[in-house]
Amino acid sequence: MRRLLSALLFFAALLLLWEGLCRARLWSPVLVPSPVSVGRYLWSAAADGSLLGAALVTLRRLFLGYLFGIALGLPLGLLTARFKLLNDTLGLVSLGLQTLPSVCWVPLALLWFGQTESAMFFVVVMGTLWSMIIATESGVRNVPPIYARAARTMGSKGLHTWLKVMLPASLPFVVSGMKQGWAFAWRSLMAAEIYVTILSGFGLGHLLHYGRELQAMEQVIGIMLVIIVIGLLADKVLFSPWERFLHRRWGTARS
Amino acid sequence: MNLQAEIGNESPAKLSLRGVSKRFQTGSTQVHALDDVSLDVGEGEFVCLVGPSGCGKSTLLSIIAGLEQADQGTLLTDGQPIREPGRDRMVMFQEAALFPWLDVLDNVLFGLKLKPWLKAAERIEVARFYLKLVGLEKFSHSYVHELSGGMKQRTALARALAPNPKVLLMDEPFAALDALTREQLYGDLQRIWAQRRKTIVFVTHNVREAVCLGDRVVLFSPNPGRIREHFKIDLPRPRDINSPSLAEHAQQIMAALKGHEQVNAEEVAE
Repeated sequence: MRRLLSALLFFAALLLLWEGLCRARLWSPVLVPSPVSVGRYLWSAAADGSLLGAALVTLRRLFLGYLFGIALGLPLGLLTARFKLLNDTLGLVSLGLQTLPSVCWVPLALLWFGQTESAMFFVVVMGTLWSMIIATESGVRNVPPIYARAARTMGSKGLHTWLKVMLPASLPFVVSGMKQGWAFAWRSLMAAEIYVTILSGFGLGHLLHYGRELQAMEQVIGIMLVIIVIGLLADKVLFSPWERFLHRRWGTARS
Repeated sequence: MNLQAEIGNESPAKLSLRGVSKRFQTGSTQVHALDDVSLDVGEGEFVCLVGPSGCGKSTLLSIIAGLEQADQGTLLTDGQPIREPGRDRMVMFQEAALFPWLDVLDNVLFGLKLKPWLKAAERIEVARFYLKLVGLEKFSHSYVHELSGGMKQRTALARALAPNPKVLLMDEPFAALDALTREQLYGDLQRIWAQRRKTIVFVTHNVREAVCLGDRVVLFSPNPGRIREHFKIDLPRPRDINSPSLAEHAQQIMAALKGHEQVNAEEVAE
């Protein structure tokens, strides 16, 4: 309760400071809109449904690509850890492609798929996949060998060992890989949406882009705030439960 | 299969090892871990393997467990050759090797879940039975990191007992514990062994521990790993690690251990 209160106070003070600086007319209101005008924009965009619509379009793209990337990356990561041949080939490819900023996939995706949903999907998958493969692979590599030995003595072998021992044991790595994949996917999707217009749906990136075209700074800043809030929510809703689970089970919590 | 049959004790098995040899390649040097080791362990016997590090006693345990293969020799449990790990031979390691993503009860259940003929409720009852046996019934929903070292090993003991093995293989399970906890566990292990009548092979480098627990102490010597001597321990049970008669036996074995080391040193000097 106290923490919530101090956070609220902090943000209220920040808004007041912002509003105060705008009222002092230090900068042109075209370049630095006041929080009130940003709020007004957000309110009207929410009222006419364009904000929610754009957010849903963006989130749908993100989730589809992200879930696909994870569903593909997790088993590929396990296989890469299991088979030396895959490790020497796919493992190396993943490492290389992971170093490539995922926004670099955008030009290629546009040439291959045109200005379509498929291009967006592709970019998000590329953002997620390689981090997921690498995180899963190094997770498995860091599992103490004694776990597998103990499991074998209890009659576990083959697929059972992989699903019931290796996979949960590498969970700390897998979760941080999921988090990194999410960050990469989110960033590259935003870049792609700002970069290209896709007629099948206007996302948050497009709203940001049109804000610039129209020189509507309150729209630019308003959408940026929305993007930040979505990022925060994703962290709290998607990853915090996993992290709390890990901290509780592994005993890695600090407080 | 009903619950009583599941908890009802399996009869202990006898182990028979003949001419077991094992070499390792570590880097450029070859280690002769075991050289022509033969050992018989009777049904329900508690045998302790002692010796300096590198004498192959842990390797022998891994081979009996089926986790490693011998280069030569035959290994039989109740006449059946050992080829791979089996639930008739459960292992306790020096580290508890418990799974941190599971709570205490689920750790004990891990092996039981691999017995498909048991119903879920029966499994839980079996697991609780063993947790009670090791004195952890109140901690079934604790997580591994919340347990002390001694409690971890108790959980590991419950987990090893739960599949109802005929043989229990213990690889220095108490080596990492403090002296007080260890003494407590000596008492508990003797009580449980008397109750459950398992054949136990217990590896340790602590001679007193071996004398306290074993019906027989088998002394190993290193380079190559061989059995040097057997010592029968006839002390009444339960034994107290601090009793003078126990210390006397331990001293005798220590002397033998040192004697062999000297002989070894001379061999090397030549």
